[in-house]
Amino acid sequence: MNRTKGDEEEYWNSSKFKAFTFDDEDDELSQLKESKRAVNSLRDFVDDDDDDDLERVSWSGEPVGSRTRPGSFQSLSDALSDTPAKSYAPELGRPKGEYRDYSNDWSPSDTVRRLRKGKVCSLERFRSLQDKLQLLEEAVSMHDGNVITAVLIFLKRTLSKEILFRELEVRQVALRHLIHFLKEIGDQKLLLDLFRFLDRTEELALSHYREHLNIQDPDKRKEFLKTCIGLPFSSEDSAHIQDHYTLLERQIIIEANDRHLESAGQTEIFRKHPRKASILNMPLVTTLFYSCFYHYTEAEGTFSSPINLKKTFKIPDKQYVLTALAARAKLRAWNDVDALFTTKNWLGYTKKRAPIGFHRVVEILHKNNAPVQILQEYVNLVEDVDTKLNLATKFKCHDVVIDTCRDLKDRQQLLAYRSKVDKGSAEEEKIDALLSSSQIRWKN
Amino acid sequence: MAFPHRPDAPELPDFSMLKRLARDQLIYLLEQLPGKKDLFIEADLMSPLDRIANVSILKQHEVDKLYKVENKPALSSSEQLCFLVRPRIKNMRYIASLVNADKLAGRTRKYKVIFSPQKFYACEMVLEEEGIYGDVSCDEWAFSLLPLDVDLLSMELPEFFRDYFLEGDQRWINTVAQALHLLSTLYGPFPNCYGIGRCAKMAYELWRNLEEEEDGETKGRRPEIGHIFLLDRDVDFVTALCSQVVYEGLVDDTFRIKCGKCHGPLLGTSHMAGLVFNEIRNEHFSNVFGFLSQKARNLQAQYDRRRGMDIKQMKNFVSQELKGLKQEHRLLSLHIGACESIMKKKTKQDFQELIKTEHALLEGFNIRESTSYIEEHIDRQVPPSHCSRGYIVLLSLTSVVPDSSYGPEHLLTFSNLRRAGLLTEQAPGDTLTAVESKVSKLVTDKAAGKITDAFSSLAKRSNFRAISKKLNLIPRVDGEYDLKVPRDMAYVFSGAYVPLSCRIIEQVLERRSWQGLDEVVRLLNCSDFAFTDMTKEDKASSESLRLILVVFLGGCTFSEISALRFLGREKGYRFIFLTTAVTNSARLMEAMSEVKA
Repeated sequence: MNRTKGDEEEYWNSSKFKAFTFDDEDDELSQLKESKRAVNSLRDFVDDDDDDDLERVSWSGEPVGSRTRPGSFQSLSDALSDTPAKSYAPELGRPKGEYRDYSNDWSPSDTVRRLRKGKVCSLERFRSLQDKLQLLEEAVSMHDGNVITAVLIFLKRTLSKEILFRELEVRQVALRHLIHFLKEIGDQKLLLDLFRFLDRTEELALSHYREHLNIQDPDKRKEFLKTCIGLPFSSEDSAHIQDHYTLLERQIIIEANDRHLESAGQTEIFRKHPRKASILNMPLVTTLFYSCFYHYTEAEGTFSSPINLKKTFKIPDKQYVLTALAARAKLRAWNDVDALFTTKNWLGYTKKRAPIGFHRVVEILHKNNAPVQILQEYVNLVEDVDTKLNLATKFKCHDVVIDTCRDLKDRQQLLAYRSKVDKGSAEEEKIDALLSSSQIRWKN
Repeated sequence: MAFPHRPDAPELPDFSMLKRLARDQLIYLLEQLPGKKDLFIEADLMSPLDRIANVSILKQHEVDKLYKVENKPALSSSEQLCFLVRPRIKNMRYIASLVNADKLAGRTRKYKVIFSPQKFYACEMVLEEEGIYGDVSCDEWAFSLLPLDVDLLSMELPEFFRDYFLEGDQRWINTVAQALHLLSTLYGPFPNCYGIGRCAKMAYELWRNLEEEEDGETKGRRPEIGHIFLLDRDVDFVTALCSQVVYEGLVDDTFRIKCGKCHGPLLGTSHMAGLVFNEIRNEHFSNVFGFLSQKARNLQAQYDRRRGMDIKQMKNFVSQELKGLKQEHRLLSLHIGACESIMKKKTKQDFQELIKTEHALLEGFNIRESTSYIEEHIDRQVPPSHCSRGYIVLLSLTSVVPDSSYGPEHLLTFSNLRRAGLLTEQAPGDTLTAVESKVSKLVTDKAAGKITDAFSSLAKRSNFRAISKKLNLIPRVDGEYDLKVPRDMAYVFSGAYVPLSCRIIEQVLERRSWQGLDEVVRLLNCSDFAFTDMTKEDKASSESLRLILVVFLGGCTFSEISALRFLGREKGYRFIFLTTAVTNSARLMEAMSEVKA
């Protein structure tokens, strides 16, 4: 596959690339002819095609040298070899497209065609609104976005914005180009004016909101977000914007507090687990994780407590449990994990419940490298027997597998499992004891 | 295992000429600034440049030092600066800041900007505004077709997708038309043209105009490529958003193949090419292990032959075979490493479950499980571009609790997704389909309600179910689908789904028209944008009529490439792919994102 080098050598060394005649029909030369055609098709690129009458003029107005016209493959090579000897300084040899077009009578369609070829041609003569719009329509009907934008730049400069907006409102393709252009050059003011004119209130709001991404300072960003509240977003986005503001406000408080605690070096959790990054501008779930990690036991009244976050942002139970579980498991705080799933009923009995299903709990614990004893406990809580057996096998909870096989009276499976435990281990002994037990009525 | 081509399959044209042309053009441009100069290259152009020229070629043409275009002041002390950039506003501002800093310091240098593949008027406007128009000279390097493979040409323009499908900017259409014009100049006219999509139609028309203007270039040429098929990415978002399971696609999803090279922590930077890879790239991932281990065993056996050789035989072995064996060895260990790494990642991400969910969603079954799976992924902050691949997964993502899990700024991303038609709000009063009402019964909270919206938007906007039924995209399978012996293009998605884009191409080629596909075209909302154009072409050889150039506007995936390669083998065709960029679900998602890393 790696043929580049070979090709290269062949290309530069082979003599067949050097001499040929145009009317030779020989097949071997067809490749060469293709090259020639290709190069010719690229003439535009190395040459100016149709303004022969114009001389190449230096900045001082002196004509500079004769033009080379690379009309064939060979002359391109020639051009390559003698470029340094060219009689005009290249920075003065203005490349194609930079020749001013002094002709004043190009029709709108000729003009856009010339624009498509990359030539600069004067649009100044299109002064009446009708002419301008005709020019725009020609550009749109040609489909080249670059030309549409070129015309729009001209219209933007020569029309009042009210007139420009009014005309674009009924020309959607051009309108989209203007909007994209304004976004790219960062003309936020005109963009907002345009959305206001078009009565696109939601886009106006989003566009304003987008600006916050450019504000680095957290306090300034927060203040900016405050100005977004109440803008005409969709009802649902409005709630998000409000939340975004509240969240950043919280994060600023938490960040100041925790940075202080961390640098003071008095708090164990920060000493043991230094923070990897600032909590500023993190998503809500990350913030919740952070607060479950560093502030788990705090009373509900503090801004940084998980319960407070849960209430303020109406975090669903499932999401809360998943996040808290991940955080506490990471700290290997198995008692907290246990408490997370323990519920008491009105008689005071405790019961284990997991809104996310215990199979998920097991997987998350496993990902956090929980020891087998802990895993085992939760694998046992999985209701579906097949799932339980699969998980137990996957995570090597031998006792659970063995007990489940025993309960299922599945001798075959137990036998098969024997090969998976270590030789001479306690598990093997346990299996052997069961297999030889006469009290079990095996189903197979 | 590697499927051979049919003996009557046509030869592919030689595309290496495109590289030579691009290199010659670049050299020509560099020579326009004679003498020593420093070259500033835009990061996105480095990999493509690497494929056609190397540093020593640049040095031969008096490039002294190379710099990456970054937002940093230039340390260059050269008297001549040359910038090789994409036509982007931020590049213009960067260049302007350098030039203006020089001016302020009273320093005069020569500056040249080479735009690739073309310059835009908006860029020149910025140069003018910044007061440096005339201080810098501008040129264009019309390098827009990079052969990444014998049958794959990439324009390396990933921004095409966002610019056109999100912003509605048609700036790249001319670039596409120019590229097609170049191809027809080199390889003759295309007697049969087909296309679907608004952009496809515009590109086609602009290209035709171009050909008429430059009349004569292709006249009388014998066509080498019999058919051209243009297709807009938004005709089929579903396929591009599915998790890939053919090897090359999976490698791309996992490590990101960039410009034909793979950048993975484990792989270093290595060309995803070579013999071993050619044999497995189109294979379903499940076949790859077997293949690699067979190869490994063969290799071992080859090495083992050394034992018991006499000196002469040994000498022969070393001089003739060892190099090849070593190369194969290197490749093998590379791919084995890649597979290991993929497996590790995939088990971590519950890949099986993800795939199952996607397939269930595509078929419209198991909505309950699928939705809860999606919800949970969102709750667990699985990055949307990382793992939530299924397109409905994506659709759901766009409307379910975006701010809490993915950061509030994603609000902007969701608004983009709506604009690009990946998500549409349900109009009040729309009747629910059976599937949706099934889902809505499960709705207990707000988040789940949003999932219903997502489903309905899927049903309404893309009419996916109806199209799927019409085109038989979900094959009925009796028993196991044997992935070792694929029976249809569905093998690229484990037998569960035939890529819509590829099915459309297959159907049109079979009919040589859109006849009988009216309903499908209508469901795709493309009634005004499906076209055929045949020229009576007596010169087209039967061989050329089995060569098809497929143009993907907005990107194509490796899965689609594999699927069409398979179709080609079945029918005795060969496909050539021209894409604005190779894409996948992660790249599409990122293109919609407003949050710049």
